[in-house]
Amino acid sequence: MAIDTATAPASAAGRSEKAPKRGRRPSSLLTVLTWILAIGFFSPVIWMVMTSFKQESAAASNPPTFFFEPTLDQYRAVLEAGAGSYFLNSLIATGVSTLLVIVLAVPASYALSIRPVKKTQDVLFFFISTKMLPVVAVIMPIYVIAGQLKVLDNIWTLVVLYTAMNLPIAIWMMRSFFEEVPGEVLEAAQMDGAGLLKTMRTILMPMVAPGLAATALICVIFAWNEFFFALNLTAAKAATTPVFLVSQMTSEGLFLAKLSAASVLASLPVVLAGWIAQKQLVRGLSMGAVK
Amino acid sequence: MSKGGLMKLGRKPDSGRSDGRSKGRLLAVVAAGSAALLALTGCGGAVGGGKEEIVVAIVSNPQMQDAINLQENFREQHPDIDVRFVSLPENEARAKITASVATEGGEFDVVMISNYETPMWAENGWLTNLQEYAETTEGYNPEDFVPTIREALSYEGDLHSVPFYGESSFLAYRADLFEEAGLTMPEQPTWDDIRRFAKELHDPAKDFSGVCLRGLAGWGEVMAPLNTVINTYGGRWFDMEWNATLDSPEVEAAVTDYVDLIRDYGQPGAATSGYGDCLTRYSQGNAAMWYDATAMVSSVEDPESSLVVGKTKYAPAPVEETEAAGWLYSWSLAIPAASEHKDAAWDFISWMTSPDYIKLVGEEISWERVPPGSRLSTYDIPEYAEVSEAYAEPTLDAMAGASQESSMAKPVPYTGLQFVGIPEFQDLGTRVAQQISAAIAGQKSVEEALRQSQRYAETVAESYKTGER
Repeated sequence: MAIDTATAPASAAGRSEKAPKRGRRPSSLLTVLTWILAIGFFSPVIWMVMTSFKQESAAASNPPTFFFEPTLDQYRAVLEAGAGSYFLNSLIATGVSTLLVIVLAVPASYALSIRPVKKTQDVLFFFISTKMLPVVAVIMPIYVIAGQLKVLDNIWTLVVLYTAMNLPIAIWMMRSFFEEVPGEVLEAAQMDGAGLLKTMRTILMPMVAPGLAATALICVIFAWNEFFFALNLTAAKAATTPVFLVSQMTSEGLFLAKLSAASVLASLPVVLAGWIAQKQLVRGLSMGAVK
Repeated sequence: MSKGGLMKLGRKPDSGRSDGRSKGRLLAVVAAGSAALLALTGCGGAVGGGKEEIVVAIVSNPQMQDAINLQENFREQHPDIDVRFVSLPENEARAKITASVATEGGEFDVVMISNYETPMWAENGWLTNLQEYAETTEGYNPEDFVPTIREALSYEGDLHSVPFYGESSFLAYRADLFEEAGLTMPEQPTWDDIRRFAKELHDPAKDFSGVCLRGLAGWGEVMAPLNTVINTYGGRWFDMEWNATLDSPEVEAAVTDYVDLIRDYGQPGAATSGYGDCLTRYSQGNAAMWYDATAMVSSVEDPESSLVVGKTKYAPAPVEETEAAGWLYSWSLAIPAASEHKDAAWDFISWMTSPDYIKLVGEEISWERVPPGSRLSTYDIPEYAEVSEAYAEPTLDAMAGASQESSMAKPVPYTGLQFVGIPEFQDLGTRVAQQISAAIAGQKSVEEALRQSQRYAETVAESYKTGER
């Protein structure tokens, strides 16, 4: 969400500046439109944050209440419900899997873009084809295999799955960033005697750093939000934050305010990560857009 | 990076050697990383020392959350048992528990199931027989369970799960509005009465509906109340020879009346509203009547979440041809056959379903939050009798009458009142529910919906007719 709102006005403004003959009026119109869209996209988040400070009965009231006495009760209840261990599991699953993905995706995409091997296209297609089968179609075999290996309810099972899940996307993304790097730069480096590792470290990586940040953040977001594997393969020990969120729901009784509080807490790390990496991201996400 | 920067990289062209060295270093890094990961994995698997650990999978309803909050009491009584909870909403919990128990995944030592699963799973040998545990545990007194519930949780006369709470269905109505409008609820209302009252009190201009009924597609949503209507109208899903009978005139009359009632005097957006939505509408004062689970009282009568506390009275489930029409449901606890900690699991189950636990909830949380409908002795506790004055008797009466004998006009080859006790029903019920929801939404006629439903039911009936099952 933070990314949407951060990039939308920036890129829209950028584009309008480049359209020289349009004059001021369309530009300000575009700005207004952008703001409306941004606020439209952001309103569910505002609603969630507001609801998290309400009492359950106020959260359920219809028509909705806009003026209420804010309370921290819901946050207290969420923290008392033991959110900590779920967050820790999410941190491990997200952090380690993203690290693994980057470690594996950077050399792979380097090989596929800068030093293309035979049948590069086939390899790339194979990677992306692993994303074509819906997860629900493979959950039963994965569940049975995990059960037989005795790794159900084990956080490292999720780490392996999340790595496998994000790797194709990361390779494709990193490949497009590597392709942006002009061949002359690499040739120059080679001429100057830089070896592979040196070229990677001092030339390539700084140039694709925004792309790397964008890729890593996408992996973090996907892993952090992943629900289906987490729900089916974990129980008491390895459950992650999304599983904690649904456990706040009930088919009997009110839960909107508490769920909102839990959701606010759950989205904070990703929003924070996006905010920290904002500068890199705007560059990273618009890389490849302008040829 | 600028070109000037590039120029500074003044190194002799010796790429072959440097490549070799860098590969070696890369390998070392990867090896070190893997080693660290393996070490961490080892740590991840370790379990807290000496205690026997049990994992309990439950449905995240308010009363179950209370049990989690009271777990200290259990830990004090059983310091050698470490209990961990997995609490999920009904649909997720049901899918997860079914997968685990059926594949003997062994993640759970205690599972929360219902009277729908218990007889089927017991027959498959998936559950531990609890009869002996229940009889030999001091002060547990299984004879105290509500008889209809005890019977529904038994297989071949032995308990295979024990009730945490039990429920039937009844009609909640706003006594204050009835009085204002000069209406009187009969002792045993019929569905015609309900339609008449709903018409009188319906006021869409004020976002107030005459009645709230479930319309959400799902075998545990719209099908639950609707099946009790089908039962009391003399309809059934299958006859004794396993012929599907969803196209019979009785079923059509029942479904037509239910759908018309919702469409004419029900809540807006009824096709997507289930128990939760009706609970919100009724407890926020936006509906005059609500026919649903007796367990609603713990929310409807809770001043923290309800605006209609003390304004509600409860009448038996509306009937047509039968003497009673309520359903029977129980969230109960069972031990999967694959559990390796059966004794510890029973220690926990007997704590959570004992008469002492009921007193514990009353004293520590509140008497309104006591899990109702599991034990007869609950209704003898003076404090509980006091808070439950408005609904204790209707609840007990509804549960006592909830049997196929009193709620169905014709014999059926399956167990269950608001469900058909066969494994296929989760799927079949939901498919039929989708048809009904479409009819409620006005996308198709009741006749069309039932014609399609009949085809689904015929397919399922096939394997039962040929004696495969």
